[in-house]
Amino acid sequence: MISSIVFILILAAGVWFFSKSVSKIIRNIKLGRDVNRSDQPLLRWKTMAMVALGQSKMITRPVAGFFHIVIYVGFIIINIEVLEIVVDGILGTHRIFAPFLGSFYDFLIGSFEFLAFAVLFGCVIFLIRRNIIRIKRFTSPELKGWPISDANIILISEIILMTLFLLMNASDQVLQANGVEHYVKAGAYPVSSLIVPLLSNLGTEQLILLERSAWWIHIIGILLFLNYVPYSKHFHIFLAFPNTYYSNLEPKGQFTNLPSVTREVKMMLDPSISAPEEAGQEPVRFGAKDVRDLTWKNLMDAYSCTECGRCTSVCPANITGKALSPRKIMMDTRDRLEIVGKNIDKHGKDHDDGSSLLYGHIKEEELWACTTCNACVEACPVNIDPLSIIIDLRRFMVMEESKSPTELNGMFTRIENNGAPWQFSPTDRLKWTEQE
Amino acid sequence: MSTDTSIKIPTMAELAARGESPEILFWVGCAGSFDSRAQKITLAIAKILTKAGISFAVLGTEESCTGDPAKRAGNEFLFQMQALTNIEVLNGYGVKKIVTGCPHCFNIIKNEYPGLGGTYDVIHHSQLIQELLDAGKLKVEGGAFTGKKVTFHDPCYLGRANGVYEAPRKVIEKLDVAMSEMKRSRANGLCCGAGGAQMFKEPEKGSKDINIERTEEALQTQPEIVAVGCPFCMTMMTDGIKNFEKEESVKVMDIAELIASAGEL
Ligand code: SF4
Ligand code: SF4
Repeated sequence: MISSIVFILILAAGVWFFSKSVSKIIRNIKLGRDVNRSDQPLLRWKTMAMVALGQSKMITRPVAGFFHIVIYVGFIIINIEVLEIVVDGILGTHRIFAPFLGSFYDFLIGSFEFLAFAVLFGCVIFLIRRNIIRIKRFTSPELKGWPISDANIILISEIILMTLFLLMNASDQVLQANGVEHYVKAGAYPVSSLIVPLLSNLGTEQLILLERSAWWIHIIGILLFLNYVPYSKHFHIFLAFPNTYYSNLEPKGQFTNLPSVTREVKMMLDPSISAPEEAGQEPVRFGAKDVRDLTWKNLMDAYSCTECGRCTSVCPANITGKALSPRKIMMDTRDRLEIVGKNIDKHGKDHDDGSSLLYGHIKEEELWACTTCNACVEACPVNIDPLSIIIDLRRFMVMEESKSPTELNGMFTRIENNGAPWQFSPTDRLKWTEQE
Repeated sequence: MSTDTSIKIPTMAELAARGESPEILFWVGCAGSFDSRAQKITLAIAKILTKAGISFAVLGTEESCTGDPAKRAGNEFLFQMQALTNIEVLNGYGVKKIVTGCPHCFNIIKNEYPGLGGTYDVIHHSQLIQELLDAGKLKVEGGAFTGKKVTFHDPCYLGRANGVYEAPRKVIEKLDVAMSEMKRSRANGLCCGAGGAQMFKEPEKGSKDINIERTEEALQTQPEIVAVGCPFCMTMMTDGIKNFEKEESVKVMDIAELIASAGEL
């Protein structure tokens, strides 16, 4: 009885804190500008099913893709077992599903054990890739410090949780075999039975203590992990789904046309069109200086980023030693958005801390290195679009601050004056016919 | 068909004056009009169109920059000025179909002009050439190219940007060459380094130029010809090959040039 109450309190606290963090993230994402991503629902569902559920873009890198799928499948399926643990915790029962499922229960528990072991193995491989083999995309400068620890914390947490799960099952099966009261005979234990010999010296009391401790630490661990996730790159386990649903479905080469610019250009080209009466409306900023100038999808992208670095590893600018890294663009956007969110919590909605995403986090040199080649967009396993952020920041620099490399200013002037980015007269446009 | 030293390309204005309108507008683009190397590609495309009996015309002096370098550099104003002006001209002539040799022009007219009132059926020259070959309107044999080692460099704005990977390869394969792919190709293709207005500025500080990285990769396939489908890639790859002093043994050629030369046009 007491344990049930304690359990319910812990569970409620875990879920409450988690939902608070999530609602903050949702609020932060909604700080972005509007963009319509609700057309073609069928295609959107399909994209989500393929890319998020089916992990279609993960497998382009076979080793990482394979182990990621193992961990992902294991993680999802083992949640059925967590459901039982929660029900047991609330009702004070033990293995409540067993009587209802009969021999299917044995099959389930047996499969969970194999999956738990596979997840554990996968996490060890990932730790080795990150810390011993030190694969290049996991050792880049933008990962120094917290991001590297974050990745390791996630992997180690999962290893601990899986170990606890197996330990819990190992002691449980000995207790079952010994006919100890409360421990109903149920389940199959193909993996944890291998640990059983290690427990041979323990008496019933100690076994119960071990089983209960593993059970409690396991479920508390899960709740702690759940509350860690919103602060981590691991939040992609939730956001991958909506983020792929709201993917950009247009051709990758198609950049947005700014409607605010269209209005002004039309007025310039045809003076008879007068400025629309938009009394009281703030003038729109051209391009983006800070996170609130980006779209909500850009901001959702930032929270969905797993920091895997696939984008950066295919970026021609990054490969050739330029300061640009599309992963850093996404990480900076998230970091800045978190700061803006905290400012809102502390100082209210319109607080200006004097910093901004552009300049404060992302430098001009990074932005001017981009070739707009779309390799990053293509590579991202959760359909993140770093390029659209880069372009919006460039737009701000060029249109609001006239800050562009001098060579580009020259190019602009030539297009304006003679309709070509080079210094040639428009009257020479047919010169090529005289070639040969 | 005998070729004169200079060919007569009709302009839209001339045709309109006669009350005619062509099947297709050939959008030449700034590089195709002014860059001396790219002019040769333009000529090859024009010869192919002529040979296949396509009725086409160019805008000539009425053509102006699509606004691509401005837009990718963030100058949306300049882009839209160019776009709206061009759309007025195109719509004025009632243009329906456009072919272009430049993937940047292709992408921007196909994807970004419709939102500003200019909707056309736009294709890249590799797609048109493939159609013509498939329909038997154009016939080529490998000839001098048979068995030659060729690798193809995917233009970003044709490939990833618009998903066109096969048309240029199908065209090259018609020449019975020994095609070999670079390590990074199709959706994984590496940029030549010119896109996003980089063509018009010095690269940012780094350890290497992008076109050198790409040329190294192309050279690993031991090619005799590096085939391209974009005038900017042409510049970058040609410079890259020169950098390795390989211009004697490795030629950089546009798909249109391959076909025109195989067909002895
Ligand atoms: S689009 Fe820009 S950031 Fe993305 S891979 Fe290409 S050069 Fe890098
Ligand atoms: S943007 Fe995508 S590819 Fe790049 S690090 Fe984030 S999740 Fe990975």
